[in-house]
Amino acid sequence: MTYNLRLILLFLIMFLSANTIFAQEQHKQNEELDVTELILEHVGDAYDWHIVTIKEHPMSIPLPVIVKGKTSGWHIFSSARFEHGHADYQGFSISHSEKYKGKIVERNADGTEMRPLDFSLTKNACSLLFGSSLLIILILSCANWYKKRNVETSSPKGFIGAMEMLIMSIVDGVVKPCIGKNYARYTPYLLTVFFFIFFNNLLGLIPLFPGGANVTGNIAVTGVLAIFTFVIVNIFGTKEYWKEIFNPNVPTWLKFPIPIMPAIEIVGLFTKPFALMIRLFANILAGHSIVLGLTCIIFISVSMGAAMNSFMSVLSVIMTIFIDVVELLVAFIQAYVFTMLSAVFIGLSQVEPHHEKVKK
Amino acid sequence: MSLLTPDLGLLFWMLVAFGTVFFVLAKFGFPVIVKMVEERKAFIDKSLADAKEATERLAGITQESEKILKQAREQELQILKQADEMRAKVIADAKEQAGIEAGKLIAEAKTAIRKEQELALRDVKKEIAELSISIAEKILRKNLSNLPSQQELVNQLINEAQN
Repeated sequence: MTYNLRLILLFLIMFLSANTIFAQEQHKQNEELDVTELILEHVGDAYDWHIVTIKEHPMSIPLPVIVKGKTSGWHIFSSARFEHGHADYQGFSISHSEKYKGKIVERNADGTEMRPLDFSLTKNACSLLFGSSLLIILILSCANWYKKRNVETSSPKGFIGAMEMLIMSIVDGVVKPCIGKNYARYTPYLLTVFFFIFFNNLLGLIPLFPGGANVTGNIAVTGVLAIFTFVIVNIFGTKEYWKEIFNPNVPTWLKFPIPIMPAIEIVGLFTKPFALMIRLFANILAGHSIVLGLTCIIFISVSMGAAMNSFMSVLSVIMTIFIDVVELLVAFIQAYVFTMLSAVFIGLSQVEPHHEKVKK
Repeated sequence: MSLLTPDLGLLFWMLVAFGTVFFVLAKFGFPVIVKMVEERKAFIDKSLADAKEATERLAGITQESEKILKQAREQELQILKQADEMRAKVIADAKEQAGIEAGKLIAEAKTAIRKEQELALRDVKKEIAELSISIAEKILRKNLSNLPSQQELVNQLINEAQN
């Protein structure tokens, strides 16, 4: 029964998400469907939050634009002023040029486009803030449950129990084995990273309004996460860690006169967070793209006749459900991998001098 | 491609959002939960150890109580045996005592009976003597009325007395 209910729900969600795209494509009825652009538009950022288009009328939530022009100073206004990219406002407009496509630009006196300092609450930024507040509320309500109760008389059930299981599986399965004895100091950071990524991944998989933004598939987001890990790894690195970077235990000719090993180690410092950034970004972006691409099969196959179209539609829905389920898995795995690798990098920066190991 | 160039605005918002989430959750969220879970774990471990100890102690107590029970049973048997012996002895003693008493009583009774008998016999003899004297008196009184017979009797009596 529950299974059937879930299946129906899943179909409904798929239908709605397909509907969203379909509706959006309606106003381009006569144009050729450009799948690449459609996907890029969906996985990219936007200044308004598009919900659904009904009969050529796009329904979207305008978001605040916060820009600082080179000469004109700060401006805060609603993105509704752009009328979906068709209008200028206070010298700002949404660019259609190749270089700044879809971004807010300011026109110079000589007519060239300039990017102002742009702190607009875009779709991704809003989704980010929404997800973050939800996450804070969720975890704090869990923490509150614990605060109110006595350890010796009660243990959580239901949702809080599940959260506890998830939290403790990260602590016991990732943080402790990867970092070692000083794990307690890094536990809050790693848990925050895990839940932040996992939560935003899941929100991104919901095709309806508050979700659906490609947050964790945006390189700025993964970049900040990677920078946090980079900073924490290097700030709390032990003396031995830095010694191994600048004066590793290798034959002298590898260090002098040309410092080959230190150079490699220093490059290694930056490749680690870079790999973190790219991995998460690419995985989530790919997931969103595949789901969108599979959904687009329906609209591409329209021109192949009704029979082919219905067959392809069924195929598309089945494949999309399959990929969505895989994406659920990916949402967890990527959060897990990011946390685990961060923990491993932190663990590597906690190295003790080698002779201590011999003593053991 | 714009997908690969991080947007400054989003970088800023991400920094703000993640920084806030990190600050709040690392201060008020996760440590509370992890601490409580670890405390509970410690409590459970302690309870398990306690339970084990209690079970062991209980097993010890059971053993001890069985031992005490056994001892008590043995003691009971011993006491019963002693009591039995005592009873037998008491009965035997009592019997012996009773026998002696009875013998004494019988002896006393016998002597008393003999005395009585003797007394009675003496009484009877006295009676008989008195009776025979009175009869003799009566006979004498009658026979002495004629002289020859008196003489004869006297002689006879003297003869008798002489023999």
